[in-house]
Amino acid sequence: MTRPAAAPFPQMLLAQTKSELLMRWRVPAFSVTNLALPIVFFTFFGLPVAHVVRGDGVSIGAYLLASFGAYAVGNVMVYGFGIGVANERGMKVDRLMRASRLPPLVFMLAKVVTALVFAFLALVLLIGFGIVAGGIHQTPAVWATIIGRLLAGSLPFIALGFAIGYWSGPHAAPAVANLIYLPLSFASGLFVPLNQLPGFVRTLAPFLPSYHYAQLAWSALGAGRESLGESLLWLAGYTALFLTLAVRAYRREERAKFA
Amino acid sequence: MTPVVELRAARKRFGQVEALKGVDLAIGPGELVALLGPNGAGKTTSISLMLGLRRPTGGEARLFGLDPTDRRARSRCGVMLQESGTTGVLTVREIVNLFRAYYPASLPADRAIALGGLDARANARIGTLSGGERQRLYFALAVCGDPDALFLDEPTVGMDVEGRRAVLESIRALSAAGKTIVLTTHYLEEADQLASRIVVIDRGVVIADATPREIKARIPSKRVTFSAATSVGDATFRGLPVQSLEVRDHRVGLLSSEPELVLKALFERGVAIQDLEVTGADLEEAFLSLTRRP
Repeated sequence: MTRPAAAPFPQMLLAQTKSELLMRWRVPAFSVTNLALPIVFFTFFGLPVAHVVRGDGVSIGAYLLASFGAYAVGNVMVYGFGIGVANERGMKVDRLMRASRLPPLVFMLAKVVTALVFAFLALVLLIGFGIVAGGIHQTPAVWATIIGRLLAGSLPFIALGFAIGYWSGPHAAPAVANLIYLPLSFASGLFVPLNQLPGFVRTLAPFLPSYHYAQLAWSALGAGRESLGESLLWLAGYTALFLTLAVRAYRREERAKFA
Repeated sequence: MTPVVELRAARKRFGQVEALKGVDLAIGPGELVALLGPNGAGKTTSISLMLGLRRPTGGEARLFGLDPTDRRARSRCGVMLQESGTTGVLTVREIVNLFRAYYPASLPADRAIALGGLDARANARIGTLSGGERQRLYFALAVCGDPDALFLDEPTVGMDVEGRRAVLESIRALSAAGKTIVLTTHYLEEADQLASRIVVIDRGVVIADATPREIKARIPSKRVTFSAATSVGDATFRGLPVQSLEVRDHRVGLLSSEPELVLKALFERGVAIQDLEVTGADLEEAFLSLTRRP
């Protein structure tokens, strides 16, 4: 009797994504933090200056919404994958998945889709909050461009999350994610505009992934410091770097557990 | 007929330790085989090689005549590994349905849940299951894809009597339905109850491969204990059919399938025997004596 070697790809991806979403929904602490933290930060750093308009006509409120939007998406990716993957390794879910016939690619794609859903939610909530509480106005097309670009450009942070998840254990992962992602966001001018930061940070910023990532959103407001192509090139480079690190860690573990 | 599973002179080295030292084993369609041996004997390593979860350092492993990592081979197998885990927030039914989606022709969810004996717990979250119930869930996940071959590594570990009976019954039913089943255990009793063939593995080699009846016949059936008035040592028992000899002070304990012969020889050798007791040996203990040669 011959049967197809595996279930259809869409069927597996759909079922896996549904389960991932369900798991997130049932452990709200983590997801709520992901959704709420950017709004809390924006309340402190953004709301007080939301009405100010720069000399070149750029709304500071909208600029900071874009910054915290970039922070929010990166946050979902780095923490979701970093801590999520490390936790599952700690619980030996990888052994269970090994025993099943689910291709690892589907397992990871389902995580990516789930993270994108949460990142989208985080952006909608944050921007909605900015519009209602800060009275910040942009055309729907501008908001849509910001949301679309931030989701599409989040690949380096997914790769960074995977790298953290495979390099660190379940107890270390939250600390490692914080140690990497918070300073990265700060030094890229996501919390406080760059011109208010110390000189050495301003020199360093143009080499950081979150700096170029935020440009995707800033440039949608006419406040970008580089061309879209330049930003994408930097992000592609960082994706390649983080992906290499993630794959190396993944292979190291594969060798140890399954060689 | 192509064997379902085949190991040919399979070796596996982990650093300094050689876990398998050349295992030859072929398992045909519909067989129910127990790999039996003490902890660390190489049972799990054997299963890992059969499934391509680990690569042999020497020799070869085949699954349905293919490389074990070939998807066409692996998709026909259901697997239950030791030390796997899952998040606790899904319900039994939800995770069974998830795993069913991985396979082209799965069993109905209720059937898979029933095979794990978890009908009453179908809507419980995994996090609320006991250790034994969790183990039965992994069994349900292994069978839910309706595999042709089933690999179970220590399936009944941590189960209570009731749960164990449910799983053993399911294994029998699946075997009767023509599935090929390979399971590991360190309980002779369990292997005896289930399997039509027992492969005894010890320190990385197959030391016996026979029916349960033949295996049991090789096992020393009596335990002999006595006190010796004179001093005794290993030399006293040289050439006698004795296993698992223990001498503490003047108290001697040993296992033998021919206690009459042993006692006769000891009398002839001038050993003064007091407080003699001959009892039926504990099956498990006797089995272990088979695998722990000096």
